[in-house]
Amino acid sequence: MSLVNYQTREITCKIVYYGPGRSGKTTNLHYIYGQVPRDRKGKMVSLATQTDRTLFFDFLPLDLGTISGFTTRFQLYTVPGQVYYQATRKLVLQGADGVVFVADSQARQLQENIESFQDLHQNLAEQSVDPRAIPLVIQYNKQDLPKDLILTPAELSDAINFRGVPDYPGDALHGPGVFETLRGISELVLRRLSAPSSARQG
Amino acid sequence: MQVDARHRFENFVTGSANHLAVAAAHAVAEQPGLTYNPLFVYSGSGLGKTHLIGAIGNLVLQKQPDLSVEYVTLDEFVEQLHAAIASNEGERFKQRYGRVDVLLLDDVQFLTGRRETQTELLRLLNALQGTGRQVVMTSDRPPSDIPDVDERLITRLSGGLIVDIGAPDYETRIAIMRAKCEERDVRFENGVIEELARLEFGNVRELQGALNKIIAMQTLGGQEVKPSQIRAMFGVEAAPPPKPPRRSSASMRKPSLDFQSFVSDIATAVAQHVDPWKIKVAEAVAYWSGEGYRTATLERLLQEGGPKADYESALRDYFTRVDQLHELEDHATAIDAALGGNDVFRDPERLGEAEALVNRATSGATPPPGPSAAFARDEFEVGPSNQLAVRAADAVIEEPGKKYNPLFVHGPSGVGKTHLVNAIGNEMINLSGGAAVVACVSAQQFMDELIAALQDGSVDRWRTRYRAADALVIDDVQFVAGKERTQEELFHVFNTLYGEGKQLVFASDRPPRQLDGLEERLRSRFEGGLVVEMQHPDPALRQKLYAHYLQRVETPERTALIAYLAERDVASVREVIGVVNRLVAAADMAGAQLTVALAKTELDSGLPVQHAPDAPAADGYFLDDDKIIWHLSDLGLRLIEDPK
Repeated sequence: MSLVNYQTREITCKIVYYGPGRSGKTTNLHYIYGQVPRDRKGKMVSLATQTDRTLFFDFLPLDLGTISGFTTRFQLYTVPGQVYYQATRKLVLQGADGVVFVADSQARQLQENIESFQDLHQNLAEQSVDPRAIPLVIQYNKQDLPKDLILTPAELSDAINFRGVPDYPGDALHGPGVFETLRGISELVLRRLSAPSSARQG
Repeated sequence: MQVDARHRFENFVTGSANHLAVAAAHAVAEQPGLTYNPLFVYSGSGLGKTHLIGAIGNLVLQKQPDLSVEYVTLDEFVEQLHAAIASNEGERFKQRYGRVDVLLLDDVQFLTGRRETQTELLRLLNALQGTGRQVVMTSDRPPSDIPDVDERLITRLSGGLIVDIGAPDYETRIAIMRAKCEERDVRFENGVIEELARLEFGNVRELQGALNKIIAMQTLGGQEVKPSQIRAMFGVEAAPPPKPPRRSSASMRKPSLDFQSFVSDIATAVAQHVDPWKIKVAEAVAYWSGEGYRTATLERLLQEGGPKADYESALRDYFTRVDQLHELEDHATAIDAALGGNDVFRDPERLGEAEALVNRATSGATPPPGPSAAFARDEFEVGPSNQLAVRAADAVIEEPGKKYNPLFVHGPSGVGKTHLVNAIGNEMINLSGGAAVVACVSAQQFMDELIAALQDGSVDRWRTRYRAADALVIDDVQFVAGKERTQEELFHVFNTLYGEGKQLVFASDRPPRQLDGLEERLRSRFEGGLVVEMQHPDPALRQKLYAHYLQRVETPERTALIAYLAERDVASVREVIGVVNRLVAAADMAGAQLTVALAKTELDSGLPVQHAPDAPAADGYFLDDDKIIWHLSDLGLRLIEDPK
């Protein structure tokens, strides 16, 4: 759970990157990791298979320094996308303050996206988290691919974003959209801090 | 020092190189003390640090005119500090800066090697931040790169937000020059400004210098400057093909948001969403817990976290209670230093307990036992056997602490030592109009109190009581012999009082020299004043004593009776009283008036009451059964007296 601790002056957010296999969740984290000044980044923990697929999860602690007097730390996680890692996904999703759904823009992956999105809702519901209440943004990744292979953000939005959450086109490999997505989810999470329902303090 | 009124946000040109710094500065000026504290701005020379912090100062004053804003360069700060120390006004210097709401400190890189300034600054930063005041500093390098600075200060400087201002990019350079031209109402031919902006200047100051140069050329030279002339004017060879200004490309290849801007955006979001009142409360928690106070009430306020609880009154209440605790603690430590630092003085929720503790301490601080009012000086009969002691006593009463200090009275039991020393105490009180505090105790009582104080850990308080007295009278001081701790305490009390010129009076059954087990340091002190003996009552004294004690007795032959009785030897005043009581009882039994004859029958009927101390009447003991009774009675008196 995200924590604004006024006494120790700390803000901690857990953000989980969710999405179908090979949609680019780890790539998002890698790009962020590459951009963070050396003194701000923790060690990125990546448990990958020999073929570089996320086996368990990736974890990137992000120290944003002191913001408004609060030591602000973001913890970015990815879940393994492949269907058979269901248990791990549930585990990683626990206690998430916000979720970034990374969709694969390729037209042939549309079905996987939809299934994974439904899987996300189901997992959240199983953890008694209201999928409509938890901060969520969607990134349509791989927009750098040739136009004939991918769907436009508008088309993808029609197909996936039935809830109308903030969505962003992205190219995680080269960077565009990565920080916009992170900013989008961060703002949603932070907005919850001041919402009356989130009077959870440490 | 005043902030330069020309330094404002409106005339500060913002570009990508200073975007973050300006955003942070703005946030600070909008909510001093609540966002980034301290804000540390660093950049190379001439890039606008001073302008930026000046702008903060001006905006703060514009929004909240009642806040006090202080702009000072480190050099001036050091000078002021030195001047203050030299003129012994260091405290005022601290107070002056301690009151500032927004402190703008320029050029802190000059801290290098200045240890005392660093210490003072560290203290000041702690004080200001502890009370939620804003500190903004500038430097030509980040805190960690300033050499030879105390590690604690570095962490303090780095504790808020550190932002840098880079050299302005092409677009910013153009914007700056256009702004300057507008300010000075100068117009150039198209392309001149752009051409000048293409030249690489290390900082804004150089850029302004260059602009000034072409303004001068144009206004003084009388003809318009052409873009083609610019390079030649600044000694730059052959113009390279003009680079198109860098624009953030619309293509997906160019990330438009980097980490720094992301952090800056998040900062804005956080500033919007965290509750300022909670920050204030948390600050108070941090500050007061740092000061050692318990902050449970405030912590509960944070946890309950209702929408903007009535935190102001809660804080006020807390501060009032802390103030009260502080006063109570001061009060308590004045009574007993050991009470300082007691837990109850650190917990505003235990204010009641603290009050109770102080009340207890205050009542414990009542003066030590005084002399018994029963022993008045004018009832004390004087004769040759005690007149030396009485004269000494009168001298002491007249000028306490001046003549005979200490006065040590010794003599056998029952000769009136207790009466005399108590009378001294009473007279000192009377002469002072009741103001003097005279501690008058027996050594046994002194010791018992000490033991009790040791038991409940209030020795300090006990000591303070005695040390605060104006005079100390200790009866039967022979009992301290062999009691190490009591002697130790007595020694210290003696020294304190003696050092303050207060009178000390002791009574004992032996002179100091004969007190076995009395420490040498006490003995020498006892002997340092006047040691005077009281002897067995002499006939003249006996006469007075009998006259005194027979006052209320009906007798037809008063004078003869007194003369007869005074002839008889007695060991003590107590014995005189015993004789009078015995005669009164005998007269009662006989149902007759007390006459010399009756007294003779009663006293001389083979029972010598008059046993001199050196000639114990052991022989008479076996002569008559009555003797046994009288001796037993006498023995009983001794038995009661000795343990006392």
